[in-house]
Amino acid sequence: MSKKACSQKGTKAFCLSGARKIKTFFKRHQKQSFAYPYIMWMAIFVVIPIILIGVYAFTDSGGFTFRNFAGMASYAPVFGRSLWLAFLATAICLFIGYPVALAISRRNLKSQRILMMLLMLPMWINFLLRTYAWMSLLENTGLINRALAFLGVFELINSLNSGNPSYIPIDHFQMINTGGAVVLGMVYNYLPFMILPIHSVIIKIDPFVIEAAQDLGANRPTVFRKVILPLSLSGVISGITMVFVPSVSTFVISKLLGGGTDMLLGDLIEMQFLGAAYNPHLGSAISLIMMAIVVLCMSIMNRFGEGEEQAVLM
Amino acid sequence: MTRKYKNPVGNFMTLLTLIFLYLPIVVLIVFSFNKTKSRTIWSGFTLDWYRELFTDSTIMTSLQTTLAVSILGALIATIVGTFAAIGFFKMKRSWRSPLLTINNIPVINADIITGVSLSLLFVSAGAILGFDLGFGTLLIAHISFNIPYIILSVMPKLYQLDRNLFEAAQDLGCTWFQTIYKVIIPEIMPGIINGLIIAFTMSVDDFVISYFTAGSSVQTLSMTIYAMTRRRISPKINAISTLLFAVVLILLIIVNLREARQAKAEAKKQRILKGR
Amino acid sequence: MKKFVASLLSLMLLMSLFSACGGKKSENGLVNVYNWGEYIDLDLIKQFESETGIKVNYKTYESNEQMYSVLRQGGVSYDVVIPSDYMISRLINEDMLAELNFDNIPNYSLIDESLKNMDYDPLNKFSVPYMWGTVGIIYDPAIVGEVDSWSALFDAENSGKILMFDNSRDAMGIALKYLGYSMNTTDREELGEAFALLQQQKSILQGYVMDQIFDKLETGEAAIGPYYAGDYLIMREANPNLKFCIPEEGSNVFVDAMCILKNAENKENAEKFINFMSGTEQSAANSEFIGYTSPNIEVEALIEGDETVMSVMYPSEEILAICESFVSLPQETLDYYDSIWVKLKS
Repeated sequence: MSKKACSQKGTKAFCLSGARKIKTFFKRHQKQSFAYPYIMWMAIFVVIPIILIGVYAFTDSGGFTFRNFAGMASYAPVFGRSLWLAFLATAICLFIGYPVALAISRRNLKSQRILMMLLMLPMWINFLLRTYAWMSLLENTGLINRALAFLGVFELINSLNSGNPSYIPIDHFQMINTGGAVVLGMVYNYLPFMILPIHSVIIKIDPFVIEAAQDLGANRPTVFRKVILPLSLSGVISGITMVFVPSVSTFVISKLLGGGTDMLLGDLIEMQFLGAAYNPHLGSAISLIMMAIVVLCMSIMNRFGEGEEQAVLM
Repeated sequence: MTRKYKNPVGNFMTLLTLIFLYLPIVVLIVFSFNKTKSRTIWSGFTLDWYRELFTDSTIMTSLQTTLAVSILGALIATIVGTFAAIGFFKMKRSWRSPLLTINNIPVINADIITGVSLSLLFVSAGAILGFDLGFGTLLIAHISFNIPYIILSVMPKLYQLDRNLFEAAQDLGCTWFQTIYKVIIPEIMPGIINGLIIAFTMSVDDFVISYFTAGSSVQTLSMTIYAMTRRRISPKINAISTLLFAVVLILLIIVNLREARQAKAEAKKQRILKGR
Repeated sequence: MKKFVASLLSLMLLMSLFSACGGKKSENGLVNVYNWGEYIDLDLIKQFESETGIKVNYKTYESNEQMYSVLRQGGVSYDVVIPSDYMISRLINEDMLAELNFDNIPNYSLIDESLKNMDYDPLNKFSVPYMWGTVGIIYDPAIVGEVDSWSALFDAENSGKILMFDNSRDAMGIALKYLGYSMNTTDREELGEAFALLQQQKSILQGYVMDQIFDKLETGEAAIGPYYAGDYLIMREANPNLKFCIPEEGSNVFVDAMCILKNAENKENAEKFINFMSGTEQSAANSEFIGYTSPNIEVEALIEGDETVMSVMYPSEEILAICESFVSLPQETLDYYDSIWVKLKS
């Protein structure tokens, strides 16, 4: 029970892979009618809203038009920036998350449980507040810069460069309002979403498979490369999806940590609906393209997952 | 797992990750006791923000809204979702696959698109039927993004069921309702509870979808916090987060201790049985 | 364990439903107010509620443009909104405001005659002034030196310490004024020049902000930024180093006025609220709290403050002479504003 309580966030990923795995099925009964209310619900609250986005994207106050897509090229920098920052955040999450998930899975059950709980616990503090706390840490007059100044780091750097005539002494590191701060915010918020699915897949690998590989003379890197990595790939793919999608569409992290000078896709969409430039038609068009990009990325990912293991290992 | 290797690098990374995750939380908690409103300069200990918290009607009302919408949303989603999962389970595969794909849309889709698309629906329907966004639309939105999680955690449990159970139940004279109520539901209960907890957490944590669907009359805690980050944030909000965090922490510790004790008792019983 | 969770959940549900129902009840109905952030003394709302028994549902927005988006998106039920002059005329043009019944707003007689029948509401059917004020530069002289011109906001020497308005009208207004044009120009070339200036400025900015400017200037995180005069008086309390100036090129003078939306469900309560806020005692308390200038003629005598407070709240004739009000722009120019604003930030 407690394990569930602490790993509930990660179950999102776990469920995804679980649903994918559903292959066998039983004889059918008439009980399928139990699903009818929900099918109605989905039609009204899932399908129709998405159709509405499509309708808005291809209309304006006058009627059918492609105009909303015509000017899309001018938003290319926003698309580029969003995709790039989300890619960076996903890559960093993977490079931190995989070794951590692996390290946790090698501990005994009790400490695994405690560690996973510790990873999930921060989620119970509202993500806006945690991100806001990063602001206090990263600001020019923030806690990190204060601590560094207190330790004399800036004096040291300044004295090291005192010989250089064109050198301008510094009293802080510029951290807030940069792309780096936004990536940090994304990594911070979504890292557990990477660790959880990978961990839940790795612990399911049959230890006998690993022992068998070792008995057959595989050394440690080979076991990892030939056994653990391929078998944990489905978790990696869930993790990547769960970090990339919210990263590419965030509008809060960029507002808080990015200074609001460079928008991301989420900001752009929010701005058209409830922000400073009302235009739901353009907003819908951008949403539609973003959805297409996400679907494209995911189908590429899934192809990777289902393809030859060798291709991924390269 | 095999415990043959030592993994100092991995362990060190785990430690760093935990520090990274908890650093801002420590900052947040420490500054909930700060005398001034400053977020970076410590000027003395006080409990004033905790005291003021309970008289701040905006924060308290939004906390109530959050709890009400999360609990109602999770419960309704659990009921609808469990029945839907049973229905899907009984369905022809050619029907089930596309339906499960649609079911996955809110899970995979970016929150902002779910939020925006629902707000388009609510606003256009509201214009025709004459209603405004409010608690109702907020609740519908939460139920909508919760049900997929229920289905995704109940379905695997259904597949683990022994199909003979149904036949045995029916052979023993159970009506279909009794079969469901007395046989299937208890068997899949862990999946249902798990789904309920996921749904509840997703609801409490949600900001983006609520932001687009709540309208003018209600506001969740997340929305209140967002509005505050756009102005001058008050340490009161640090205080309420610290309290919520403490409640969850204490609950988790209690649950864990109970489980550990039960496990110990179980192990003892086993030992005694074996000894005999 | 299951029972534990179940009982906990049901307990919480009961509690939240109980308190949600208990909290919403009020004998004399409701009024939904949508106002700028940091723009009211919240004690006045409590006072209004206890005096009239009307419950106030109070929400805030960041800028005129954001308020407009929320209203246009629809599905919301606000009664009173408090937009600025140019936005009021836009709302009037788009038929979104209701005509006020001035019989219910006797305090309207206390409003300064010079603030009645303004351009934005020439027949004065739709609005009652809430506060007025000017836009200027708030800065820390120890870091950026003395400032008397908009040029300080475009000066690379101050790079990384500058904040800028996060709404198109105020930001463009400053750029236009700096270039020596009217803030209300519809000339594409002049607008294009101002837009180019803002694009250039972006690289030396710390960020685009609205009310976050309080925090950033008070803590010294940023050193200079344009904002509304009244807010300077509040920031000064937290950071006495800050100074305020109306740049010599001229600036914006604005009136924010209370209006009732056409689809308001609680029009009478809304009028009561407007009347309440216009009362001398309330308006003075409010003015004192938020630092903006009350349109009520009796308030000036009641305000206690040093020379700075008085000069910021009640600027001299010479300063007002170089200030310009925003007027509503034609739809074509509004579309242009929206499009460049998105472009600027992308």
